[in-house]
Order: sequence, then C-alpha cells, then structure tokens
Amino acid sequence: MDEVNVIGFVQAAIRMSTPILLAGLGGLFTSRVGIINFALEGIMVTGAFFGVFGSYISGSPWIGALFGMIGGMAAALILGFMSITVKVDQVVSGTGINILFLGLTSYLLNIVFDIGAKPSQVASFQDIPIPILSQIPFIGPILFNQNALVYIAMLLVPFCYYVIYKTSFGLTLRAVGEHPRAADSLGISVVKTRYIAIVISGLLGGLGGAFLSIAQLSVFMENMTAGRGYVAWASVTVGNWNPFGILGASLLFGLADALQLRLQAFGIGIPHQFFMMLPYILTMLVLAGVVGRTVGPSAMGKPYSSESK
Amino acid sequence: MNIKLGNSQIVIERKPPTKTMFSDLIGPLIALFLALLVSAAIIALSGVNPILAYTSMIDGAFGNFRSFAETVVKATPLLLAALGLTISYRTGLVSIGAEGQIVMGGLMATLAGIYFTMLPGFVLIPLVMLAGMLGGGLWGAIPGYLKAKLGVSEVINTIMLNYIAIFFVTYLLDIPLREPPGYFPQSAMIAKQAWLPIMVTGTRFHLGVLFAIIAILVVYFLLWRSPIGYQMRAVGLSQTTAHTSGINVKKNLVLAMGLSGAFAGLAGMVEVAAIHHRLVNSFSSGYGFDAMAVALLGKLHPAGVVIAALFFGALRVGANMMQRTAQVPASLVFVIQGLVILFVLMDALLRQYSIRIVKEDVVHG
Amino acid sequence: MDTQNILEMRNITKKFANVKACNGVTFFVKPGEVHALLGENGAGKTTLMNILYGFYRPDEGEIYLKGQLTDIHSPKDAISLGIGMVHQHFMLVPTLTVAENVILGLTANLKKLDMEKAVEKVQQLSDQFNFQVNAKALVKDLSIGAQQKVELLKAIYRGADILILDEPTAVLTPQEVKELFTILRQFVAMGKSVIFISHKLWEVMQISNRVTVLRQGGFVDVVQTAETTKEVLADMMVGRSVVLEYAKTPVASSEALLALHGVCAEGDLPVSCLNEFSLCIKKGEVVGVAGVDGNGQRELAESIMGLRAVTKGQVCLNGKDITDMPIRKRIKLGMAHIPEDRLKQGLVLDFTVAENMVLDTYDEPPLTCKGIFQPQKMQDIAQELIKEFDVRPPNYDAIVRNFSGGNQQKVILAREFTRSPQFILAVQPTRGLDIGATEFVHRRLLAEKEKGAAVLMISADLDEVLLVSDRVIVMYEGRIMGEFIPGEVLITDIGLMMGGTPQERLGVCE
Repeated sequence: MDEVNVIGFVQAAIRMSTPILLAGLGGLFTSRVGIINFALEGIMVTGAFFGVFGSYISGSPWIGALFGMIGGMAAALILGFMSITVKVDQVVSGTGINILFLGLTSYLLNIVFDIGAKPSQVASFQDIPIPILSQIPFIGPILFNQNALVYIAMLLVPFCYYVIYKTSFGLTLRAVGEHPRAADSLGISVVKTRYIAIVISGLLGGLGGAFLSIAQLSVFMENMTAGRGYVAWASVTVGNWNPFGILGASLLFGLADALQLRLQAFGIGIPHQFFMMLPYILTMLVLAGVVGRTVGPSAMGKPYSSESK
Repeated sequence: MNIKLGNSQIVIERKPPTKTMFSDLIGPLIALFLALLVSAAIIALSGVNPILAYTSMIDGAFGNFRSFAETVVKATPLLLAALGLTISYRTGLVSIGAEGQIVMGGLMATLAGIYFTMLPGFVLIPLVMLAGMLGGGLWGAIPGYLKAKLGVSEVINTIMLNYIAIFFVTYLLDIPLREPPGYFPQSAMIAKQAWLPIMVTGTRFHLGVLFAIIAILVVYFLLWRSPIGYQMRAVGLSQTTAHTSGINVKKNLVLAMGLSGAFAGLAGMVEVAAIHHRLVNSFSSGYGFDAMAVALLGKLHPAGVVIAALFFGALRVGANMMQRTAQVPASLVFVIQGLVILFVLMDALLRQYSIRIVKEDVVHG
Repeated sequence: MDTQNILEMRNITKKFANVKACNGVTFFVKPGEVHALLGENGAGKTTLMNILYGFYRPDEGEIYLKGQLTDIHSPKDAISLGIGMVHQHFMLVPTLTVAENVILGLTANLKKLDMEKAVEKVQQLSDQFNFQVNAKALVKDLSIGAQQKVELLKAIYRGADILILDEPTAVLTPQEVKELFTILRQFVAMGKSVIFISHKLWEVMQISNRVTVLRQGGFVDVVQTAETTKEVLADMMVGRSVVLEYAKTPVASSEALLALHGVCAEGDLPVSCLNEFSLCIKKGEVVGVAGVDGNGQRELAESIMGLRAVTKGQVCLNGKDITDMPIRKRIKLGMAHIPEDRLKQGLVLDFTVAENMVLDTYDEPPLTCKGIFQPQKMQDIAQELIKEFDVRPPNYDAIVRNFSGGNQQKVILAREFTRSPQFILAVQPTRGLDIGATEFVHRRLLAEKEKGAAVLMISADLDEVLLVSDRVIVMYEGRIMGEFIPGEVLITDIGLMMGGTPQERLGVCE
C-alpha cells in the first residue's frame, strides 16, 4: 500500500471509530453512575433514523444531528425509567429497548418513506479541512481533514475527562456509581444524578448514531448500527472507564472496521465475511484479556432504593 | 406516595407481595395488553385503523385450519429456543445468543444431512438432531466457559457470537457449501430421509412439533425434578450461597449455557430439516430474539412459555397478512416484542403496589 | 415546649409493610449532652434516627429543632439544619480520598474543583481534633478506626450541632473506644449534642448523661445515667430478666476433632492473612474467637470450610487430612457452617423455606432417588424442621426473603443441625438478631455441644464470645494473641490482645 492509501486508511479508521467513540462516551457517563447501558444499540439506531429524518425535512445535517440527539435521548430515557424508577434488570431492559427501537425505526422508515422505498440521499456532513493544520504532511489529512462531528468527538474526549475528574459534578457522579447510599446520606439526589447521566448518554449515543447515517453515509438503512452499540458498551470496559481509554478502544474497533473495507476492495484471497467478523471477534478477545484486570464502579447494575434498610 | 387529584387523593403504598397462581398469570396478560395497546396507538398515528390491522393479523394467524397449523409451525422453533433460554435465565445467565446458536445448529444439522446420505432415515434423523444440538450447544458453551473461567459478560459475548455465526454461514453458503451450479447462495439439499415428515396433510405441520412438545417435559423435569436443576436454580438465585454450600458454580454456568444452546440448535435443525430442507441465509430470521421475549413473557416456566410461543408464532404469521391487507409494515412485530419485554419487566413491580383512591376528608380525619 | 431542648421528636410513628418500626416514640435532647438511645436489635433506634436524618418520612408525629417545627424531607435538609450522622455501616466511598469524601455533595457544578484548598481545610479540621488522619489518603487504605474519624469529619465540616452515632463501637478495639469517647466529650464541651445509639450497657453507663430506652418500637422511659444501673436499664430494654450466664458442662474429651496445623492462607488485606495458624477444637468444646473484624477471622472460617485455598499447613478432621477436600465433601463428612452473611451466603433468598432446608442434602436419598428429585419428601422434612425449630410463619412454601432475621437464622440452623454434625463453624451467628432469637441460637449451639460436637464460634461481639465459649482465643492480624478461659482474664487485657499485644507481653512495662 502506498502512502496515499495508508493516509486514506487511517483517515477512514478515525472516521469509522467516531460513532463508537461518541456512544462510548455516552456509555461512560451511565457506567460512572452505576447503570449498565445495554440500550446503546437502540439509542444509536434511533439517532441514525432521526438524523436522516431531520436532515431530510430541513436540508441541513446540523438539524439532523439535533434530531438524532433528541431521538437518542428519548430511547435513553426509557432505559432510565426502567432502571432508576421501576428498578428492574438493566440488561434485559436494554435488550428490550434495542428490539423495540430497531423495530420502530424500521417501521417508521417504511411509514415515512413508503414500504420498499429507500430515501434518496439526504444532506450530510462533508469533510472540512482545517486551514494550515491539514497541510501538515501525513498527520494533516488524517486528523484535520474530517467532518465536523469528528472534530466535536475529538474535543469531547478531554472535555469529558475534565468533567468527570476535575469538577464537583464529576465527583458526585463517581460517588453515586461507587456508593450511592453514601452519596444519598450527604444530600445528593441519586435519582437526579442518574437521570442526568442517562440523558447525556442519550444525547451522545444519538449523535453517534446520527453520524452513521448523515456523516459516514447519507442514508438510513434498517439495522445499520449492526451491533456497534454493543461494541461501544464493550469499549467502556476495555477503555477502563476513562475517556482516553475509550478513545483508544474505539480507534481499535474503527481500525478493524476500516481494515475490513480496505481488504475487501483489495481482493485479497480471504473472503470478505471474515473481515466483517473482525470487530466482533476483536471485542471478544479484548474483553477476555482485559476483564479481571480492570475494576468498574462498585454499584454497577444495582438499582438504588432510598427506603431499603 | 400520595397524589392529589381534585377532592381526593390517590394513595400508592407498598404492600407485601402475595404469590398466587392468579397473580402469576395476570401479570403477563396485563403486559401483553399494554404492549398491544401502545402498538395500536403507533398504528393509529401512522394513519391506519388499528382494529383493521389486528383483525387482519388474527385472520392471518387463525383464520382457517391451514393458517392455524402454520402458526404452530412458526411457534415450534420459538418454543425450543425459548425453553433453552429458560434454562440459562434460571441459572442467572442473560443469554442473547439464541439467534447464533440456531444458526450454528442449522449448519451442523445441514452438514450431517448432506454428508451421511448413506444412512437410513431412522438413524439419520437422530444423527441430524444430535448434530444440531451439538452445534448450538458448543456455540452456547463458549460464552458460558468465558463467563465461568474469566468472568466476561455472557451478554456481550453471546451477541458477538451471533454476528460471527451469521457471517460465517454467509461465507460458507457463498463458496464452500454453495450448491452447484451456483445460482443461489444455498447449500445442497439434505438427504430426503432426513426430512422431518409432515404429520397433517395439506399443512406444514411436521414431526418437529412433537420434538418441541417433548422438550417441554424434558425442561420441566430437568429444572424441577432433578438435582442438577436444583443446583442451577440455586446458582441462578444466589451464586454466593450456592458456592458456600459446595455447589460447583462454574460447572453449572457452562452446563446451563451449553444446554440452552443445544435447544436452540435443535430449533435450527428443525427449521432446516422440516421447512427449508437445506441451509439458506437468514433461515432463522430473528427467531432467536423472539425467543427472548417468549421466555420472559412465559415467566420462565414451560407452561407459560408454550402459550407465549404460540402467541408469537401467531404474530409472525399474522404480520405478513397485516402487511398485505392493512399496509402495516411487518416490523411492527419487533415493536410489539420490545414492548412486551419492557412491560413484563414492569409487571413484577406493579404487583407490589396497591392503588387506592381516598376522599380528602377521610385522610385528614 | 421546653425551650431548653435543642431537639424534640414527638409521637413519631413509622410503618414498614405491616410492621410498626416506631410507635408513638418521644425523644428529647438538650444542648451540651450525650444522650444515649438504648434498645436491642429491632427496637427502633436506627429507624428513629433515620427519620431524623431524613432517610425516611414519619407516618405520624412532629420534629422540633431549636423550638421550630421542621419537616425533614431528605438528608440534605437534615444537614442544613445542623444534624450530622455517623452510620453503623460507613457511608464512605472507598475509591475516593478523605478530602473528597468530606466535601462530597457540597457543590455539583462544572466549575474546576479546588482540591488543594479543600485538602487544606479538611486537614486543619482533622488536626484540630487530633484525628491523625491524612486528608489525601484513599479511604480504602485507612483502618476502621480512622475511617470512623473521617465520618466524624464529614459531620463536623458541615457544622453539625447534633451528632448522631449509630452503634459506633461495634468495630473498635477498647482503646479506640476510649479515644472516641474523648472526642465526644470535646464535642459536647463546645455546646453541641451527641445522640449515641447503642445496645451495650457498659458503654451507655460510661459516656452518656441521659438514656432513652426503646423496646419493640415503643418508648419505655428516659432517665439520668447517674441515677440508674445496668440492671435497671437491661430490664427496661428487654422487659424481662436477661440471661447473664449459661449452664455449661465442662469439656470431657481431650480428643481434637478439628485441628489446624501451621495453616497459611492469603488474606483479603495484607494484614489479615493467616500465618502459621494452629488450633485444636475438642469434641464437646466451644471455642470462641474474639477480635476486631478484619484480622483474619474470615480467612480462618473459609480455610476450614474449603472456601479459601490453604497455601501451607494442614486442616484435619478426626485425624483425616481435609486440607484440599472440596466443600461439598466436607459438608457430607459432618461439618456444618453458619455463615457470616446469612442473606448472601446462608440462604437462597428467593427459594422457599423447604428448598433452603435441603441445600446440603438435595442430591442424596431420600431427597433424590435414582436421579429423580422428590419435592414431596422435601416438604415432609421441612414441615418437621419448621415445627422443631419454631420457624415463623410456619409455611414450607413461603419465600425466605421476607422472613425476619431471627427466623431466617432458624432456617439455617435447622438445615445445619438436623444432620447432627460433628463440627460446627458459626460466624457472627447472632448479628442483627433480637435478644429472643439470640438466646435461641446460643441454646441450640450449646445443645449441639452437649451432643459432642466441636464448635468454633467467631464473633465480633466480645460479650457473646465470653458468654458462650468454654475457651477463647483472640485473633489479631492472622495470629493468635492469647488463649484463656472466660473469667480468667480482665476485659482491659482482652482489649489489649485485640489491639495487638500478645498475652505473654501483658503487664510488661514498656
């Protein structure tokens, strides 16, 4: 592969890691308060659909992104309701939400755009080269010739780090995830904090989903998330519950994704299905190698009831 | 919790949970009702008459003898897979892997059916069954082992294995297993003597239905009439206590996942041997995910699972009719499934509360 | 209202499901006093204080603070009203530092947190009271006594006028208790009040100015400490005379039934690993293990039962080496285990009484014959045991989760004792139980002793250990500090052993 191809490859890897990064950052906030966010798949696919929808009716990808975020938030709030207020199993709720929204978005696709028809291309995010920086040899086009959402995602990583580790809000988040009763005893509203985290995960996850439909491509297809929501949740564990770790994990998966496309195009003897399997096998391997050596928030997955003695 | 409403108050208070047969039944029924209600609202909002939609669905599923038989046929793989999930859920494992296990079971069954054509039917059919169970069982045992040995979430691993199984089979049908002359990505037909015979002429009602019925008894017996079942249920409800009293938790986790995979694999075998008679892409078409909703709606008990499986079978058969007649996209079935899962989860909670409406002056009396 | 009182709780009633945890309780506190709230487990003391601290809302009754009627909706309200609480189970986030734990919850915004200033302020406060706690240390690295000081810091930092302490000495050595009392006296001298929840009579006599006694959710009386005695308080607390001694047969045999020889095992903490631990328990003997939680007791219990790997040494039952034997086999050989955590280790909460009772025997005849499990047999056995052990409610079909602590423990005892075990390991067997249930457990253990079983009882409650055991050992950091017969050694000396002084070095001047 010559230099141009390598640059194109890494550029694609970064682009394809972005939806996982965004959803992973959203998942980070929920995991920090102790909620297992299995609904990321449903949140993302909702974001993807409403991203296309918003862009379709307004002609602007930014409106699309906004719609995507709101759609994602709606899906996330259902998870919030099930796990915080009704206090039931978070994994099963998440799975139910995924099934529901995968079905709902397919349904809406058919209703809004008629059964069988696919929407024509909608306005999507285009690459915006940053002046001067994108001229730097090699790194320039890779990092600084991406679309607006990629830049936003990159900036979000240090911002999330700051919020979680350097602010009192972040301290509250971490306490709620480790020892909700202690937080409660000091006057912190565990419920409110958890809902805030849920909303954030919905906004970011929805944005990640919208990226798939209006930044990476410019169309919505049924089940286009193809399990990326689950990979995003795995990246939270792999990334050691840390924004920079999640960046690393999502780059890993983005690389696998990009590799799969490139190798297909190159017509190497190995069938393309094996490359499509790559991100999923990678997730399994990394989790197997990593689990046990990383420790997550202690209250993960346990509903909190202030009246429990 | 008190809510003021005009002159009265609505008092919602916790009451001690009562466990009666009636209350066990009513929960899922309410959940079902609510799911259908919400779906009706969605249908209405898209401009279709929900009554029309539902009646065409019922007509499609139960309208005549043939469609009723078809409902049973569609319910069979659901029942088998859901019985398998019942085993894993009861052992405390949240397996999402039924889809992949069905696919792998179907694959192994096909291979047995293609390469052992020299064997007579009464040997080949059991062999094909075994192959199917082995394929699914292995695919379930892998995440079970990873969970037992390394503590990795079986939820993520089963989901990943679903995708891996589907891509693997797509590849196999693309090249190595593709039936010559190669127009379609499908395998060769399995030996005729391995086809599960039709039991009622004029329908697709096949021997596999009998397998499913036997499976119901097997699972009941396993969970409630065998020491292994006692162990699994103990592990599912309290791993620490089970471990403290010397139960081998790890072994039970792997066993439960393996068994649940085996039942799903059997479901795959049934679909291949009775319906398609060869391996094709998407022969499972989401049965694995339906099975989750079926298991939960059936409250993880074989009796409930049977009823839930019939319901979801009816949904599938009816959905096609609904799409044709009422122009409602068949993907509504997934919407109903997701809602059912959510409402069933909520039902356990709803039953813990009593709601009374009290008049103002009585409260302050 | 008596304007002298800083706090008045009038007529407080609180129900949980159908049980009245508090029934018309009255509780008044003056400024500048240590007021003890005395009662046995389940009397309603913690519930009452949880209401004061805003965790629960009372069904009936009023609370007056400094003369004003107040409505406390949450801990946030309580804190802003000057009420601070140190809970029985610490409310500290182990992965955060002392300073972070102290300032937690005071603000929640996106502004940059000035940790340096916070550390400084917290350290200052700590030094003022001579807590000797490092504000930058991670809470999980602190000793229990130091953690409790962090809890006190939290309350004081928020300007508490009323400090509630819930059973604060349960996890402290006698020396640490003395330190705590000094701090409390300092606090009270500043004009603040302390509410001291306890069920330990000698502590209450030592530290309090007044005592309010609760019994079964109801108010019994309030007295001046100086004008009363332990016996009077005990009577009020229980409503009948308390057992102060059990009749025990002396140990006849000299045969060791269970023996540990030089056992080493890894500890949860570096200090709690077992180090060349040797112990013999004879037939018909009750050996009690005293010591502060976290000094290797859990490791000892788990090594004996097979729940923890032994890296060196041997564990022998009746002379037979069982060091590497699987748990189940040990149970079948006649070892019974009453685990530390009855909810998480001793019972499957969502199983029925009957299902729980066969946890050790479900896989052998008569419960499983020819591979088939017989639920009818299980029910028959359960019925018998329910009658014999007086389990309430007497339904073999009832789910154990909703039972009271005492009845849950009875289910465990029924299961373990019905097999006439040779060896019984009882860990914290009466934790959280009321006096009636506690006595029941003690009597059953002693009954098994009379039948010839060897009993090893590990308990953080020193009174219990001294009451029930024939012989006592004191554990500290995985080693035995001393061994004696109850009554032979002074409480102060026991306290010293619990705090790390070996028996040989007692009374030696440094």
